[in-house]
Amino acid sequence: MIRRRKVKIWLLVLGVLHSIVICAGFLAPYDPVEQDRKNPYLPPMRVHIVDARKHFHVRPFVYAFQLRPGAFDQYVEDATQPRPLKFFVTGDRYRLLSLFAARFHLFGVENGRIHLLGTDAFGRDQFSRLLFGGQISLFAGLLGAAFTLFIGWCIGAVAGYFGGWRDDVLMRMAELFLALPWLYLLFALRAFLPLTVNPLQAFFLIVAVIAAVGWARPARLVRGIVLSAKEHDFVRAARGFGASNFYLLRRHILPETSSVLLTQAAILIPQYVLAEMTLSFLGLGVPEPVPSWGNLLSNLQQYSVLVSYWWMYLPALAMVPFFLGYLGLASALQERPNPYKIERRSLGSLA
Amino acid sequence: MSYLLRRVAHAFLLIIGVSILAFLFTTLAPGNYFDEMRLNPQIAPETLVALRAQYQLDRPLPLRYISWLNSVFHGQMGFSFAYNAPVAPLLLVRAKNTLLLTVTATLLAWGIALPLGVWSAERLGQFPDRVISWGTAALLVVPDLALALGLLVLAVRTHWFPTGGMTSVEFESLSTLNKIRDLALHMMLPVAALVLSTLPLLVRHAPFLLAAEGHGIPRITLLFRYALPAAANPLLSLFGFSIGALLSGSLLIEVVMSWPGLGPFLLEAILARDIYIVIGGVLFSTIFLAAGNFLTDVLLYWLDPRIRTESASR
Repeated sequence: MIRRRKVKIWLLVLGVLHSIVICAGFLAPYDPVEQDRKNPYLPPMRVHIVDARKHFHVRPFVYAFQLRPGAFDQYVEDATQPRPLKFFVTGDRYRLLSLFAARFHLFGVENGRIHLLGTDAFGRDQFSRLLFGGQISLFAGLLGAAFTLFIGWCIGAVAGYFGGWRDDVLMRMAELFLALPWLYLLFALRAFLPLTVNPLQAFFLIVAVIAAVGWARPARLVRGIVLSAKEHDFVRAARGFGASNFYLLRRHILPETSSVLLTQAAILIPQYVLAEMTLSFLGLGVPEPVPSWGNLLSNLQQYSVLVSYWWMYLPALAMVPFFLGYLGLASALQERPNPYKIERRSLGSLA
Repeated sequence: MSYLLRRVAHAFLLIIGVSILAFLFTTLAPGNYFDEMRLNPQIAPETLVALRAQYQLDRPLPLRYISWLNSVFHGQMGFSFAYNAPVAPLLLVRAKNTLLLTVTATLLAWGIALPLGVWSAERLGQFPDRVISWGTAALLVVPDLALALGLLVLAVRTHWFPTGGMTSVEFESLSTLNKIRDLALHMMLPVAALVLSTLPLLVRHAPFLLAAEGHGIPRITLLFRYALPAAANPLLSLFGFSIGALLSGSLLIEVVMSWPGLGPFLLEAILARDIYIVIGGVLFSTIFLAAGNFLTDVLLYWLDPRIRTESASR
């Protein structure tokens, strides 16, 4: 039962990571769209506990930045201006879980601002944008995966259970969708949908597009399971007793697909988060000023940003733990008790 | 031979299917290329109607599809509004660049993945295998986008490789040798990004490599004489799959690295609602994919006697 323990551990990891993003309002010191135009492209502030004179402080602090003499966009730490970190401070309003209005933030500084990952062109706090952007991107991934699995589940069940021409038509369509490179398909679908939409519409548009692209693989898997499940003796017996199609599907056949659906979810969610990121990065997704993981990185498309403000890249690294969590979960779910060591490599069966 | 004929027919049907699908999507489009002009007071509404009629945007979808098919057979693939020219030649220029990138990346990725996989299989559970597993796992976890951007940031900060574009400004005046060198240097970054993003897939998806575990027979002989032919089927399926993954990957990486391939071109066309370019681009990618899959089938037919006998007995 090592497998079960592994699954639990990865679920725990993912749970923690997602709670961080869900509680973005509390953990982020600022509102993600609040601008501070006097401080564009501030580098990340380092948290110190030892000050410039080698004195140790119990309370961590950051230094304010000042312009390097003779430069217009380079900053150096100003040792005369320490900003001690305060915990549980009141600040910008936000809604926790989009329900409870609150002003409490985990940390913040008095006099001035703290930017753990620096600021962007408008002086918005990258750390806050990363956390809030995660809400959009992860939610898009989760919702998209849920839609895809639902569509794929229905289609797979119909194709597998009823067979015949329905099976043929649906599976030929699935092959079509599987054959195309997914990003081209995503592009094509997105190309024919409105370009200028408000963020909420854009969000649901993206979820719909992503879900429409990916239904084929789960549909095929579900079909395979339904095909074999409907030949079980107990299913035949139940049919012999006069059970209806709907009853058979609901009671005996579809429950067998649950483990495949779970594994598929673990594989699809990070892919869909990535799809949302790609679209938003290219300017086809969630528009500014709403942060998402994709449009957070999109200003790296400007050469000047790339050259001068490398810390704009840091959010990309911050996302890695999420992908690790999902990949770990997927590989733990796919692990089967198998005498051959090859199963150890199943982390790669994401495809 | 009937096997191969069937595969050709299959590829052909796939391409037809994709083109129909792409056209169906156009009906979902709420706007068209000329919508922007509506806001322009200098353009009369009648002109717009005339323009739409000229480009046949007012005709029903099946008719448009047929006339588009007709233009495909004349080597045009429709008409680009933005470039005021047939689509196919425009796409061909970009597709060549995309192909250059993906073919190089495919060869390189397989060239690295095969020995790496064999090496790791031979020392299963030992240090090299572990390093390779962890390395590929680490690569798998970093999203393509982050990987490409990271390479770009690295290149910009170290000045090791030129970033952006396909050639230097003075490319035309260089000698042939220097031209190749210049091109290779520019390709370095996008190819590296593509290879690194496909590598884990290949290395970890190669169960056939276990076959190389036997010892005694010289390794090369073993690999080429026994292990690879026996593993032809999964290996070649993986090859077909990796082409699809590489095409998708290169779309994004081309945009990130501003490589003048299909990626940036398609993106631009999407933003301008230049629908025939989008349809053409999707179709081109399908053709690449179908061609890759067909190549796979041919190799499979050649390597795997089971398929030959199977198709002969039918």
